[in-house]
Amino acid sequence: MTQVLTLDGVSKSFGGLKVIDGVSFEVPTGSRTALIGPNGAGKSTLFNLISGVYPIDQGRIHALGKDITLMSVPQRVRHGIARSFQNIRLMPHLSTLENVMLGEHHRSHPLQLMGSARATASARRALEDAGLDTFPGQVVADLPYGVQKRIEVVRALMAEPRILLLDEPAAGLNRTETKDLGRLLEGISAKGITLVVVEHDMPFVRHLCNHVVVLNFGCKIFEGTPDDVSRDPAVLEAYLGSAQAMEDSHVA
Amino acid sequence: MSGYLSSLLAMLSINVVIAYAVFMPASAGLLNLGVAGFVLLGAYTAGGLSSLYELPLAPALLAGALMSGLVAFIISFAILRTRGIYMVLATFAFAEVVAGVMLNIPALGGAAGLSVMAYAGLPVVVPCAVGTVIFVAWLMRTRFGLSVRALHDDESVAHLFGVHLRMTQVVAFTVGGAIGGLGGGLLVHQFNFIDVQSTGVLFSIYVLLYVLMGGTQTVWGPLFGALFFTLVPEALRKASELDPSLKFLEGGRYMVFGIAVVLLMMFRPQGVITRTMLEQWLPRRGARRQA
Repeated sequence: MTQVLTLDGVSKSFGGLKVIDGVSFEVPTGSRTALIGPNGAGKSTLFNLISGVYPIDQGRIHALGKDITLMSVPQRVRHGIARSFQNIRLMPHLSTLENVMLGEHHRSHPLQLMGSARATASARRALEDAGLDTFPGQVVADLPYGVQKRIEVVRALMAEPRILLLDEPAAGLNRTETKDLGRLLEGISAKGITLVVVEHDMPFVRHLCNHVVVLNFGCKIFEGTPDDVSRDPAVLEAYLGSAQAMEDSHVA
Repeated sequence: MSGYLSSLLAMLSINVVIAYAVFMPASAGLLNLGVAGFVLLGAYTAGGLSSLYELPLAPALLAGALMSGLVAFIISFAILRTRGIYMVLATFAFAEVVAGVMLNIPALGGAAGLSVMAYAGLPVVVPCAVGTVIFVAWLMRTRFGLSVRALHDDESVAHLFGVHLRMTQVVAFTVGGAIGGLGGGLLVHQFNFIDVQSTGVLFSIYVLLYVLMGGTQTVWGPLFGALFFTLVPEALRKASELDPSLKFLEGGRYMVFGIAVVLLMMFRPQGVITRTMLEQWLPRRGARRQA
């Protein structure tokens, strides 16, 4: 299987704190890769390094056959990498349609009128595919949280990515909304888009993903299938503490 | 139309034009307290060309707008490096520099001000105001308008989706400067006179205030702000003249007006006209969009 994204010895420090320490892994083309780990493991930082929000200190990142280490953020979007955010970062004063249209901004003419049927066609289609076509004219700040989460995914899709980075897409969603989101992501994956998902909701990860990378204190501690991850001693220790600590807690 | 009404309409039209000079950068999240500088530049350029070189009104107004736009473009690279209160101070300082320069050019009248012969009456001023509103409304409905509004909400996410931050800000600032220059050209030809005292710091504060009060989320905010700030003080003054029991408004109308502004800022800091409000008021528009 070919690799769509390769991280090779990626490191990042903030001041004296090394938050990502020589992380290397490969994401197979078309896979649904989960990036998991306890709070503070460096998952979101790694997303910011891949999407270009932060420059990396050491290592290289290759995506879709190119070294993207020195590419700017918009260049990476044009190259086929789009992302969503841990906390919803839609434009609160724009309508749903305008937010989604922002996703295709990098390939549109600045003086193109936004109201025309031609200009809005692809955004309307994307909203329809995601079951969100009832809200196009509504200001997003007035919409429910779960809907906003899905709009953020649709906006990222409008960039026509081949790698979609989703930072905690199921966080704060109820069971129904999580199911809706899962269906949306499965549909996206079926189109051949590679998903890389940071997520704490393990049932969601087990259901959606076929490849898991675990981080702890900025280091990769496990890579494998969702079934194997829950049996790995290093992962159990990272999540639950050391066996000795567990024993102590039982005694207490 | 009576002289009073026509001069009120002319003043309202000029205020509308200048409001959009502040709105353009404000809609991208850039606070410009130096609109007086762009107005002065436009006024002295247009006024100078029409009085000293007898240039017809239309090309003189155009030249004023172009001069202000050009200067806005040049200074934008330095000013846009600042943020928040520092940007407010930088634009304010720019306006003071322009005033200082104009004050020291004897050919333009210096401290005595510049008198011009050509007159811009309602047939010129009103179409300019209407044209400015239409132009800005059109611009804000383009992809460029979307990028401007996206910058206002979240610069880093806008950048992530390919919005060119610096270019969008420079264009918004430059277009705002050019509109300010047009407003200045209209001002000098409406009153046949301009001096640096006519557009001091208070002028910039007033314009910024009525744009913020009207709201920067939609293109109708500055129009509302200009209407409110031009017409309400006049209405209060008229009321004091017509009804003896409201005589206190003659001197105290600015106090009443000031209280109204404070209350609006307290209870509606996002401005009077917001996107959500328009969506609620214009359900048919929303339905049409959804269709």
